[in-house]
Amino acid sequence: MVSPILELTDINKSFGHVQANKNINLKINKGTIHGIIGENGAGKSTLMSIVFGLYQANSGSIKINGKEINLRSPRDSIINGIGMVHQHFMLVENFTVLENIILGFEGETVFGEKLQKAKEDLEKLCQTYNFNIDLDATISDLSVGFRQRVEILKSLYRGAEILILDEPTGVLTPQEVDELFKILRSLKDEGKTIVLITHKLIEIMDLTSEVSVMRQGEMVGHTKTEDTSKEQLAEMMVGRSVLLRVDKKDIKKGKTIFKVNNLSVKDDLDVTRVKDVNLEICSGEILGIAGVTGNGQTELLEALSGIRKVESGSIELFGEKISDQNNFLNPRMLKEKGLAHVPEDRQRMGLISDFKAHENLIFGYHDQEPYSKSAILNNKEITEYSNKVMQEYDVRPNSPNLITSNFSGGNQQKIILSRELNENPKVLLVGQPTRGVDIGAIEFIHQRLIDMRDKGAAILLASVELDEILSLSDRIIVMFDGKIVGEKENKNVTDRELGLLMAGVA
Amino acid sequence: MSNIVVDKSKVPWWVSNVIVPLVNLTLALLVSGLFVFIAGENPIEAVKLIIYGSFGYIQGFAYTLYYTTNFIFTGLAFAVAFHCRLFNIGGEGQAYIGGLGVFLVAINLSFLPVPIVWLLAIFGAFLFGAAWAYIPAYLQSKRGSHVVITTIMFNFIASSLMIFLLVDVIRDTNQMAPHTVKLPEEIWLPSFEAFSGFLGMKIRYSPLNLTFLLAIASLFFVWFLVWKTKWGYEMRAVGHNTQAAIYAGISPHKNIIIAMCISGGLAGLLGVNEILGVSHKIQAGFPAGYGFTGIAVALMGRNHPIGILPAAFLFGILYQGGSEVTFEMPNITRYMFVAVQGLIILFSGALENLFRPQIESFFVRRLNREVNA
Repeated sequence: MVSPILELTDINKSFGHVQANKNINLKINKGTIHGIIGENGAGKSTLMSIVFGLYQANSGSIKINGKEINLRSPRDSIINGIGMVHQHFMLVENFTVLENIILGFEGETVFGEKLQKAKEDLEKLCQTYNFNIDLDATISDLSVGFRQRVEILKSLYRGAEILILDEPTGVLTPQEVDELFKILRSLKDEGKTIVLITHKLIEIMDLTSEVSVMRQGEMVGHTKTEDTSKEQLAEMMVGRSVLLRVDKKDIKKGKTIFKVNNLSVKDDLDVTRVKDVNLEICSGEILGIAGVTGNGQTELLEALSGIRKVESGSIELFGEKISDQNNFLNPRMLKEKGLAHVPEDRQRMGLISDFKAHENLIFGYHDQEPYSKSAILNNKEITEYSNKVMQEYDVRPNSPNLITSNFSGGNQQKIILSRELNENPKVLLVGQPTRGVDIGAIEFIHQRLIDMRDKGAAILLASVELDEILSLSDRIIVMFDGKIVGEKENKNVTDRELGLLMAGVA
Repeated sequence: MSNIVVDKSKVPWWVSNVIVPLVNLTLALLVSGLFVFIAGENPIEAVKLIIYGSFGYIQGFAYTLYYTTNFIFTGLAFAVAFHCRLFNIGGEGQAYIGGLGVFLVAINLSFLPVPIVWLLAIFGAFLFGAAWAYIPAYLQSKRGSHVVITTIMFNFIASSLMIFLLVDVIRDTNQMAPHTVKLPEEIWLPSFEAFSGFLGMKIRYSPLNLTFLLAIASLFFVWFLVWKTKWGYEMRAVGHNTQAAIYAGISPHKNIIIAMCISGGLAGLLGVNEILGVSHKIQAGFPAGYGFTGIAVALMGRNHPIGILPAAFLFGILYQGGSEVTFEMPNITRYMFVAVQGLIILFSGALENLFRPQIESFFVRRLNREVNA
């Protein structure tokens, strides 16, 4: 029996009302590559930030080599041999590799002999692990893959025995990924311990010897990688929460009103996230997009709603082309054409948390009558309307003048939903409608979506909750790596079947 | 001490918006008093002089209101841009160029009926100030050049440009100083003296003039614009959360430009007070730092017209009362009052949150006790 190099017991961490980590237990054995897998928001990064000393746990203990330690800052972690490579690199762009590595750790090595010594040590490290880095190169001249190596080298130079990598492949090209994996394997062979945080199943299967799965802040399973399969892991990640079946009549669907042709979209880092997607939605139909987070759903919804530029391909609404790479309608014009959008991330996009509830209830519709007339806001109308919809959607507390950040997540979501559904849109794009929303509100929101469909709206629903997709959709498409990898009528589809598609295996 | 967590929704508005600023102001004045004491004068006497100088006689009070007028314009200018989260540090330059607008309109159109000249001159001031703010706004929205940097630079450019104009182009050629000719007397804005004469009082000269009413109107204008129109709504949306604004189809570019232009226009109105109301000509350097002090006025007034009015008045008192003190107390120089202003800015701006958590939690606890009792 190998003794664990890192052992976490009953770690709890909450941010305000949100519990990001619940009673986490984790043992990581020396000399292994240990995968931690889970969807975005499952609490992986929070957990590792606790291990790296960026956050302090509310309760629980951390042991390294059997000895309990107290990590108050990253410096404590570095001293204890823990290194972390973040998703976003922490490098000074106009410094050289060498300068970046000794930065903040200079001791006396800034000048003369000691610097030379540092350089020699680093060159030795580079050789051992085949890093192939020019220590005098300036960071801004290096590709993303090399920058990541600099980060790894930095941790090693500081004596890291345990190396935590947070989503290391997110920004890499396939070749760079291969190179990275080679380096990680050679690190393992030299006895280093690696913790790999990812939501990509393929990496787990490729690289790790043990894997732990997190879901919604909880650790839901540990297993040896050889004893499991992608399908099983996918199922564990997505989970099977309480089945919430919704009353849904069969209705006859109408004509196709929304059509996407060969759509490709890039993200802010210029990585193509949506690849050649085709889809059609009819009136009276809910089309569900299943998929593990980060497979292009976000960018797809943003492109369809006019927020993100289309790289190639086109989008048609009622047979009229609304977007292609040359021109696209902005969200307001799309709203006028009857396209509404409930964004995935309500804090970032759907609301302005410092605004009062009534201001958010008209957000995006604020320049329409009756809310404003010739540029002047009509407070009486807005308040009346706010009182009405807040009652209708049971937003609590029912006070239109309260600042929005004081409402709970579920009630904030109701504010957005009431706003977007109120105008009876013909096409509704919905992302994660029930993320962080309590059960009661979930049922309510689901019922509203079904009502919209029954009234003849075409709805595109992206959700990481497989149950939600299964209980609401008429038809399901699965996205993996930016492509649509499967399409099914929602009849006798099992979550196992979808899980396979989501994992990119089938 | 820093770990006091207060539930913001439970803090009554008057605690955060009245009590906290008053505590900060009191602290600033206490420290100022200490300085006066060190300088060898009696702080209590100094306070008496300030109060007498700014309220004690009608002419002094008129001066106080004249300063207040300028601070209202520049304070509002900063506040409007701030609601779009833009730090317009360029009030000084915008006011300078605004003055050019007033003068050019007034001198060229002085043949028109007087009230129309006034209106057009006000419009000219606003337009020139706005135009001067437009360039940094454009650079911010299209090129991402930070307005803090560009507006500071534009203060210098405005200053150089005006010196050039005052020396080589629009100087009154009958003399050597860098100022223009005087505007014809018919189109000067009525001063407070004239008004008091009408009421049967007789007072000596003071620079207070009709522009004060324009400043008060501007307070209403800004309040209405920011909270009652869709433009203000959109500006605030962009300022609070740009991504959400884009989601809602609100253009950040457009709103950055609108907010900056209105901001610059308001700063430009300072030119109305100085040129149409007081000196009737452009003098080199007439904005005299009002643009910068306006930042402090806005911060102290929490960027709301209701706060800016008393803050501008307070700075008016300091300016007027301060000059009284330096006149009477030889050990206190003019620069001492610059330091006092600095202390107020320090306590109500930079150190604003120093005592806020303590004060707020004190009141929240006390109020809870009352509720439970």
